[in-house]
Amino acid sequence: MNRKFDVIVIGGGHAGVEAAAASARLGAKTALVTHQFATIGEMSCNPAIGGLGKGHLVREIDALDGLMGRVADKAGIQFRLLNRSKGPAVRGPRAQADRKLYRQHMQAAIGNQKNLSVVEAAVCGFIIERGRVAGVTTEAGGELRAGAVVLTTGTFLSGLIHIGEKKIPAGRAGEPPAEGISQQLRSTGINLGRLKTGTPARLDGRTINWGQLEEQKGDMVPAPFSFMTTEITTPQVSCFITQTTEKTHKVISDNIHRSPLYSGQIEGTGPRYCPSIEDKIHRFNDKSSHQIFLEPEGLDDPTVYPNGISTSLPEDVQEQFIRTIPGLENVKIIRPGYAIEYDYVDPRELLHSLEVKALPGLFLAGQINGTTGYEEAAAQGLIAGLNAARSVAGEDTVSFDRAEGYLGVMIDDLVLRGVTEPYRMFTSRAEYRLSLRADNADQRLTPKGISLGLVGSERAALFAAQMSVLDQARELLQRLNLTSAAAAKLGLRVNQDGQKRTAFDFIAMPEIGFERVGEIWPELAGLPEFAKEALYAESLYSGYSARQTADVIALRREDQIRLPSDIDYAGLPSLSMEIRQKLARVQPRTLGQAARIEGMTPAALASLLGYVKRQSQRKSS
Amino acid sequence: MNCSDTIFAVSSGSGMAGIAVIRLSGQKAATLLKLTAGVLPSPRFAAVRQLRDPLTKEIIDQALVLWMPGPNTVTGEDIAEFHVHGSLAVVEALFSLFLKQDGVRLAEAGEFTRRAFINDRMDLVEVEGLGDLLHARTEAQRRMALHHMLGDASSIYESWRGELIGILARLEAAIDFIDEAGVAEAALVDVKSRTVDLVARLNKAAAESDRAGTLRSGVKVVFAGAPNVGKSSLLNLVAAREAAIVSSRPGTTRDVIEVSIVLGGVPVILTDTAGLRDDSEDEIEAIGMARAKSEMAGADILVWLDSADREATDLPVALPALRVLNKMDLATPNSIHVRNNLADDDVLPISVKTGEGIAAFLSVLEKCVSARFGGLEHAIVIRTRQKSAVEESIRHLNDSLTFKADQIEFATECVRKASHALARVTGRVDVEDLLGKIFSDFCIGK
Repeated sequence: MNRKFDVIVIGGGHAGVEAAAASARLGAKTALVTHQFATIGEMSCNPAIGGLGKGHLVREIDALDGLMGRVADKAGIQFRLLNRSKGPAVRGPRAQADRKLYRQHMQAAIGNQKNLSVVEAAVCGFIIERGRVAGVTTEAGGELRAGAVVLTTGTFLSGLIHIGEKKIPAGRAGEPPAEGISQQLRSTGINLGRLKTGTPARLDGRTINWGQLEEQKGDMVPAPFSFMTTEITTPQVSCFITQTTEKTHKVISDNIHRSPLYSGQIEGTGPRYCPSIEDKIHRFNDKSSHQIFLEPEGLDDPTVYPNGISTSLPEDVQEQFIRTIPGLENVKIIRPGYAIEYDYVDPRELLHSLEVKALPGLFLAGQINGTTGYEEAAAQGLIAGLNAARSVAGEDTVSFDRAEGYLGVMIDDLVLRGVTEPYRMFTSRAEYRLSLRADNADQRLTPKGISLGLVGSERAALFAAQMSVLDQARELLQRLNLTSAAAAKLGLRVNQDGQKRTAFDFIAMPEIGFERVGEIWPELAGLPEFAKEALYAESLYSGYSARQTADVIALRREDQIRLPSDIDYAGLPSLSMEIRQKLARVQPRTLGQAARIEGMTPAALASLLGYVKRQSQRKSS
Repeated sequence: MNCSDTIFAVSSGSGMAGIAVIRLSGQKAATLLKLTAGVLPSPRFAAVRQLRDPLTKEIIDQALVLWMPGPNTVTGEDIAEFHVHGSLAVVEALFSLFLKQDGVRLAEAGEFTRRAFINDRMDLVEVEGLGDLLHARTEAQRRMALHHMLGDASSIYESWRGELIGILARLEAAIDFIDEAGVAEAALVDVKSRTVDLVARLNKAAAESDRAGTLRSGVKVVFAGAPNVGKSSLLNLVAAREAAIVSSRPGTTRDVIEVSIVLGGVPVILTDTAGLRDDSEDEIEAIGMARAKSEMAGADILVWLDSADREATDLPVALPALRVLNKMDLATPNSIHVRNNLADDDVLPISVKTGEGIAAFLSVLEKCVSARFGGLEHAIVIRTRQKSAVEESIRHLNDSLTFKADQIEFATECVRKASHALARVTGRVDVEDLLGKIFSDFCIGK
């Protein structure tokens, strides 16, 4: 088997599928190499997509014509818009997904993608020619050649599963790990580290006593992820809530010495926001109970995912403590929970394009870059696939900045600051949170996606149509107005200041809103829902957008001051050793990037700028 | 300026003295110490050594030497100190020896401090405090500067920053962890009261800042009154030197004259002004009077003088003033002016000529100064830079309190801005600080 492609994507997880599809959308002849086609689109951990920050990422992937949003809409069996009672900037769409449906729809999307072929093989190394990655070798002894390679190994790189005292080399339950690649990366001088994550046991729903448990229903009207989805047609189900008891905590405390987390058997750092149940009990020992969400894994699948009790305790202890939980007294465990350690590459080895600095032609995406979560992986996959295809075509790579979207925030954080634990998206990471909303992801990103050739004609046409509706509606809202006296006559509570206010102003005022405005001006009542939502958010945050615009201009100005790539930071005067080391590690390309490195001070930045200016004067004179 | 150089300077000030302290900081401190004084002394122990020229072996001086290896030194680098006899010749001889070494040079002004700052041995507030300490002329200034230099003020700034992280972490937790059981509710429980409390602390500190700034620069005491009531004479007497030309001719003082003195440990700037009268046709005198009025308006303490041999005058503007009746030597006990004037208990009778009442006047003036500018040794916000940052932070925090529960993203935006503002004095609040706080306060993770 010796074949030639433009781009090879290794891995069929959430990063891999988006990378392969994005590369193929750009017209690059793309191969997705995975152990087996049947595991493409697998949800290895919890059966859910989205959430705060994560839901924003899904919307952004969708705005760039990625797959995740559309597939999740088809596979979603319980939709909830988080923070519904708060403003649109902090609302996060989330859905439970039927794992089988998700796989099926993802595999269909991959199968239908032009320019994309799937190769079932295990990759064991890279072909490196003249310092550039030129393809991969497979365990079967074959060679696949390409102009660029995207590596998305998830937890497979030297993966090691821990269940109590047991250690099993694996990439995921029942699948072999990828060995060899880590060694080859290390030998080219790339810095690797080790992280840890975990997953709970899977339960047989037919053995759960549902009757006594609190039910959690989805939203009455599900909010889809994709701008293309008009309606959710998959049947909707409920989740159920239970909690740990003092008995549970006792079983776990009594057996804590058998947890590889506490015996020192695990070296990797786990995520603080997704601790194992033993960790939660140990660290918050004043809490007598922890909530557990029982999430169905599928419509015709009895498997239940107990969200909140991720563990690496031995199987017998798992069974013992799980059965102390209300509703789970007689539960049958389908598969035990486990912790998994895996290799990741220090993301400071990467450029903003996700290309490895030391190994041109190689792009990395997903957990290999130290992140956690399907959405984080998928967003990186899309960017890596886009840039791999562009680099093969001889075009400049592209990146998205912190003001364009959460994917820009995430990649900027990773590349400049590295990680100390698996990186997860939060809205608190976004300094322009009020303008980076789920509702306007298409307005923010689709035009750029169209110009990059990343967005297909169907979405481009829909976007154009929607924008035209939106522009007309906005124009209409800004034209219709009332004086304060006229508003008062209609019963609208506004300051009697003699000012005219437009319908655009009224829609976001407390106690007024779109419905009331629609009664005053009937021509507004018929606006489509998406336009109402978008304009409401625009109006609500309009007071803040001007200030944020000024901040964004400042951000971009700093990002336009380029730093030469040959600065000898070790010899740079008037900087502390710590900052010199950080600069040398990250090698920022712009002053803005240097500013965002952790621990950077304004004083250090000023002397860096002074140094660069003096150097360039010396060169030019 | 190259930071890898080893730098040196006489740290004990210029001019001839019994002892001169020469300080060296940088990688070559040890080399230079060994070169001139032989074996390195134990770290942080003083040793008496003969300093010799390494080539000629000639003795330069007998000196006390100190060896302080970095990074736990004031600059964060290796430091050597030579306490030599303070003659120009000894100092010159050592300097020329040092300068023969590569990468060794004289320190620029403030360079030791700059290195301490760069190597995180001092923060900005401490550096500013050191600057003030070096310039301190009075007890009160010294105490205030020391409070900043030793990091006491920094630790209060740090406590404000910590509280802001706490508040912001609560708000961010309520947004980002809404699907975690009970987190949002618990997070918001005391956010408002904590914010109100922080605003009160910031307000208190900001309120002191104007007075603290005055303490740094000196309290302005302005002498004003009609011409020839003895303003300049009083100033000269208090300042104990002839700063202002005095004559019996009205209108002698045409410009503003300033003299610095220390009163009760507080620096005071005495300001003499042109006498105020309505009938002057002299253009220069008119300009002087205009200046006098503006000095009066800018006074921290205004002293209004009258003369006992004349009708009392009224202040041209409604300003609180310490009233003094001079030339009591010319007054007859029954003089109507005196009786009218002294009917008011607050008027102090003095005579610059005889010295009558001067001690009492000084004691009242000193009380006035300490009542308004005493007790500021522990002021936190003493510079305009600090004040504007603190005030901006207060404004944003107050804004954050105006939002309702369903507008949390607005309230959070305000607190974010407040933390950006305060960061100009205290250092940045990083998102990792916030997440760390959230994860230590709440059990997160379904």
